[in-house]
Amino acid sequence: MSIQTILTWAVVIGVFLVTLKPLGTYMVRVFTFQPTILDRPLKPIENFIFRVIGVDRESSMSAKEYSLSLILTNFAWAVGAYILLRLQGQLPFNPQHFGAVNPQLAFNTATSFTTNTNWQAYAGESTMSYFSQFAVLSYLQFVTPATGGAAGIAFLRTLSGRKLGNFFVDLTLMTTRLLLPLSIIVTLILVAQGIPEALSPYLHVHSIVGQTQVVPRGPIASWEAIEHLGQNGGGYTNANSANPLESPTALTNVVLTIAMGLLPVAFFYAFGVITGRRRLGWTLIGVAGVLYLVMLALLYFPEAAGNPIINAIGLHTHANMVGKETRFGIGGTAIFSTSTMAFTTGSVASAHDSFLPISSIAFYMAMFLNMVFGGKGVGLLNMLMFVIITVFLIGLMVGRTPEFLGKKIEAKEVSLASVAFLIHPLLILAGTALAVATPAGMAGVFNPGPHGLSEIIYGFTSAAANNGSAFGGLGAALPFYEVALGIVVVIGRYASIIAMLFIGQSLLQKKAVPESAGTMHTDTVLFGGVLLGSIVILNALTFFPIMALGPIAEQYLMMAHHLF
Amino acid sequence: MKVLRAVIGVSVGLWVLVGLAYPLAMTGISQVIFPYQANGSQVKLNGKVVASAHVGQYFDQSQYFWGRPSATSPPYNPEASSPSNLGPTNKLLIQHIKARVALLLKTTPGLKVNQIPASMVESSGSGLDPDITVQSALIQIPRIAKATGIQSATLRRIVTQHIVRPQLGIFGRSHVNVVDLNLAVFKLLHP
Amino acid sequence: MAVGEMPAQRNYSGEILKATFSKLNPREMLHNPVMFVVEVGTVVVAWLAIVANTASAQSYDWLVTVILFVTLLFATFAEAYAEARGRAQADFLRRTKSSTRARLMQKDGSTVLVESSELVKGSHIVVEAGDTLPGDGVVVEGVGSVDESAITGESAPVVKSKEDAVTGGTVLLSDRLVVEITVNPGETFLDRMIALVEGASRQKTPNEISLSALLGVLTLIFVLVVVTLVPIASYFGPHATNTTTMVALLVCLIPTTIGALLSAIGIAGMNRVSLHNVVAKSGRSVEAAGDIDTIILDKTGTITIGNRMATEFLPVPGVSLETLAEAALISSLADTTPEGRSVVELAQKVLKMPELPEYEGEPIPFSATTRMSGIDLEDGRNVRKGAVSAISEITDNTPKELQEQADMVARDGGTPLGVEIDGQALGIIRLKDIVKTGLKERFAEFRSMGIRTVMATGDNRITAGVIAAEAGVDDFIAEAKPEDKIELIKKEQSEGKLVAMTGDGTNDAPALAQADVGLAMNSGTMAAKEAGNMIDLESNPTKLLEVVMVGKQLLITRGSLTTFSIANDVAKYFAIIPAMFAAVPALHVLGALNIMHLKTPHGAILSALIFNALIIPALIPFAIRGVKYRAESADKMLGRNIFNWGVLGVIIPFVGIWGIDRILGLFGLA
Repeated sequence: MSIQTILTWAVVIGVFLVTLKPLGTYMVRVFTFQPTILDRPLKPIENFIFRVIGVDRESSMSAKEYSLSLILTNFAWAVGAYILLRLQGQLPFNPQHFGAVNPQLAFNTATSFTTNTNWQAYAGESTMSYFSQFAVLSYLQFVTPATGGAAGIAFLRTLSGRKLGNFFVDLTLMTTRLLLPLSIIVTLILVAQGIPEALSPYLHVHSIVGQTQVVPRGPIASWEAIEHLGQNGGGYTNANSANPLESPTALTNVVLTIAMGLLPVAFFYAFGVITGRRRLGWTLIGVAGVLYLVMLALLYFPEAAGNPIINAIGLHTHANMVGKETRFGIGGTAIFSTSTMAFTTGSVASAHDSFLPISSIAFYMAMFLNMVFGGKGVGLLNMLMFVIITVFLIGLMVGRTPEFLGKKIEAKEVSLASVAFLIHPLLILAGTALAVATPAGMAGVFNPGPHGLSEIIYGFTSAAANNGSAFGGLGAALPFYEVALGIVVVIGRYASIIAMLFIGQSLLQKKAVPESAGTMHTDTVLFGGVLLGSIVILNALTFFPIMALGPIAEQYLMMAHHLF
Repeated sequence: MKVLRAVIGVSVGLWVLVGLAYPLAMTGISQVIFPYQANGSQVKLNGKVVASAHVGQYFDQSQYFWGRPSATSPPYNPEASSPSNLGPTNKLLIQHIKARVALLLKTTPGLKVNQIPASMVESSGSGLDPDITVQSALIQIPRIAKATGIQSATLRRIVTQHIVRPQLGIFGRSHVNVVDLNLAVFKLLHP
Repeated sequence: MAVGEMPAQRNYSGEILKATFSKLNPREMLHNPVMFVVEVGTVVVAWLAIVANTASAQSYDWLVTVILFVTLLFATFAEAYAEARGRAQADFLRRTKSSTRARLMQKDGSTVLVESSELVKGSHIVVEAGDTLPGDGVVVEGVGSVDESAITGESAPVVKSKEDAVTGGTVLLSDRLVVEITVNPGETFLDRMIALVEGASRQKTPNEISLSALLGVLTLIFVLVVVTLVPIASYFGPHATNTTTMVALLVCLIPTTIGALLSAIGIAGMNRVSLHNVVAKSGRSVEAAGDIDTIILDKTGTITIGNRMATEFLPVPGVSLETLAEAALISSLADTTPEGRSVVELAQKVLKMPELPEYEGEPIPFSATTRMSGIDLEDGRNVRKGAVSAISEITDNTPKELQEQADMVARDGGTPLGVEIDGQALGIIRLKDIVKTGLKERFAEFRSMGIRTVMATGDNRITAGVIAAEAGVDDFIAEAKPEDKIELIKKEQSEGKLVAMTGDGTNDAPALAQADVGLAMNSGTMAAKEAGNMIDLESNPTKLLEVVMVGKQLLITRGSLTTFSIANDVAKYFAIIPAMFAAVPALHVLGALNIMHLKTPHGAILSALIFNALIIPALIPFAIRGVKYRAESADKMLGRNIFNWGVLGVIIPFVGIWGIDRILGLFGLA
């Protein structure tokens, strides 16, 4: 392990630790309508929007109204995106003269971007006009993470005893106060490092050996910034952040890695601030942090040791560089991959399909759990869902009706949380089963042997977790996957958000029980350990069989030098 | 209906702000502050654009340094960036690697298997990786020297001069940019 | 004999056996989704065994069928056993009730003999010495001693007079009572208690409902895991999975341990309450007892032994201790109250006078106007004791020390009584409340569990404060009126706390009804008993503490067994996953996961399944007796139980399955 790798990791993790407090506190100030420094430039713009739509900044909705507004707005975006993609040929900013996007792909892309999954069944550089990239897809990469963040904020408000809030206000503020300012800063850093930001046509290059290269351009830097700040992950080009046009240097790799994590980590801290339980906030940060480090280790050490079958050839180095970029190395790739999976961004700086099976377990782990910080807001919601289930499971053992934040966890909360928990495996397992059982599903498999099964599992897991990364070999552009994954992303996105909003509302209506020595504290190292254990065990029990058939079997086969 | 008005109002309002104003403003600002980078970091030779600095190019001529294997079609095609997506137990992966090793051994006098870095025979994540490790460059010198007649020592000096150190001493690892190296070789060959 | 002990003379095993099988009825099973899945699985595998086409497959299928069936039987047995224990208790109670006949009083005053079941609310009956009371009621006429041992286990007879409540099943030992029946047949406390311990009136409690929901979803997830595994595994070939093995995997994964024991835990919890001779009107109130944050206890009878005792004589200057003691003794000779007797006892001790001396005289009883009592002796001496102010009034040249000493006693929480003889003030008797032994430790335990104890007393603040400190309660309400208790309960409840209290008087009824757990004394008034949600048949207010413990233990037992059940699954995966794919060429490498080195694939699956079945009877004692419980903070308890049930829950099955596999190996089955 080189000193550069250690320092790179230290910088990334250090930035998260340094920024979580100011950013988390800022977030709480914004969403509890306290004055902040950005009021002066942004308030007039926001007030204009609020006046047009006729809502009051500090008004509130019921869980039902909030969910309905959220769904309707998202639906409107999907429809709008579909129409604009279908009309691509007639719209401006299209120097490469790309035609209309075909109906299935337009449906898949619209749903996938609206749900913040950003699964791409197309190659951006050869399909999308500049207009489609920035005015449709980049736009969705602003507002859809803002949607998830809004739901998270609404839930946090209920936990702190406040009213749910207004979806349209939260959506707007999430965009104007967090995503937009940060995007502007990140864009400028990225351009300085060499990412194109232009509207002129693709660049034609004539190399010294007489070859012609067509180098895509466009507003790539501004795209990259929001792609990562919003944990979107939709690549401007097919190779995503492995492409030197999207991430030309080791520094951009680190900047993008940091951009992904800033808001999800700060969200965990905001939870502690808004509920007045900073220690609990730190406990949850600790639990997610441990899982993050486990993933990082899984994605580094086996890759550094390499594939035993290739190592048998006797090369100079052993590290598995298949699908990885030289400028990032194993260390830079590992921290980017860990982050893109942990924060459910789904952008890639390397080919996930070509990771060793044991490392790939980190990918699955992140997507099964979907709360190793997760997408901002949504990851915290998932974490709190696990907290509620854990509190109930083990809370009885202290001889009291389990409580969380002083509210009794009763049949309604347990049922809602259990259902939210159930949906995720349901989508993954049923989807995988369907794909394996049908010729249409099997047609998408690229790699032979257990790895092919892993590709299918990865596809459905990524869709259900709204991650959007892929084992790129899977034929995601086949109609079967465009439709099946399109459905999975929609259910995976909204079911748990809505369940959590209703849990929040139900908790809000309960009287808080004061704490005593008889209360099980959730802000202790002990509880953190128990939470971690129950998260790992519950998920392992659910997903162990498919992991055994996919990556675990392949790992043992690989160790036995078995090829397919 | 009030909700529909809100849905459409907020969607359009934010669209104007972040769907139009943001990208166009960022493009405008970038064109002013960082025109070189924003327009694709064009590398010019005799006034003609010969490369985009960060995008790798395909070299299979004996007299030039070779980059990593590229899975795009044709190799190093920026319009279709892609990795190979080959899984670790896929026969094709091992075949490709072995074929690449065999090619290097055949074309490079005195090269031994245990001198070849894995990255030199394993394809990159984008198919556009512009860089190779220093060792990957050094092992190619005998072949280039033989094909061009340039002294090995000169080539070694060129490689050393073009080593890109980790940024700020922290980020990344030492490597060389193949296009840069080959431009230097080109200049030697075409003074 | 206490009610809770199992009568040895009757054998319930036949009934248990019968219920064990009758509970297999699928319609009844449907109430327990976890075990219903097992039942369906059993039928499926049995059918597979019948249609199996190879001998080895058939024997494997039959073995699995048998183990699954036994698993089911263990579950139904656990419930049947818990119910039978309840029934044993109920039978014992019922015996005291059966075939009681009653003398129903007619309008004209004559009586006719009727069956006790014919009595309705409002009937007046005559009870003669030796009769068993036919139902619950209130004495309207007469005084008599009643043996309540059948209900309370307390052998000393209790004197009952007008307006006292009497309970059906108790026996009148002497005299004659006229009793008004206050409940209709089938609704007496005895009936309620019987119904409750038998589990007949058992409804799921709130936590049980939430837990059932969670177990239901977990079961659903595992059904999903196993059902989808069939097509997913077909990736490796059409016959990659074996249906029997899939059923075995499913049964191993779903939380059968807690599923099998859940209702037994609930029934046993209710039984434990009645073991303390407390009748809970619902399971909900027992569970609520576990959540109690604040307990309000009456001082008198609960915290103190009920009466004040003389502890010290304080003579005024110039008077000897002996003189004061003798006067106090004389003044109290005619005083039969416990306080009076305690003065006599203390004086005897001070005067070293084992025998009571003879005095002749006319006793002067206590009256509210004089606030004094005493005796006018034949030798002419008039001795009085009473309120210090009253004594001061009738004495001449009262030394100021008398008042000073009185104030000092009051400051220490005692009650001062002045003593005088023929107009001369002699000194003060210190009367003091005596706190029951062991309570302080008890309250400290409660504090460590986060439960606050509040003492309610009619005493003034000073007295109340001293006793509160001595008893170690967290707070007190002095000069408490019944309304003050309701106020306090409402205040605590508005802060989200759950409150428990005890009470016996009619004026306690509103507070008992307001409290989340109201424990009424059986000796109390009917109104109090109606208002409370539990009744202590022994009328011991400290019993509230036991009830809280039982409530907590009930929740702990459920939580622990649930955690254990889920933790067990880890080992089962390591047994079954490598075994189930052993025959698939590409997947035999999964044998590396066989870390227990189980010998054969079938043996591994059977071992896991057998372990899964055996753990149910192994845990029945915990379900029935409850998981061991000690008073400590929630966080400490969590740490301990997480280790005992979570960590060991992961480890134990590894050892167990390995052991069973070795034993199967001895029989050639693995």
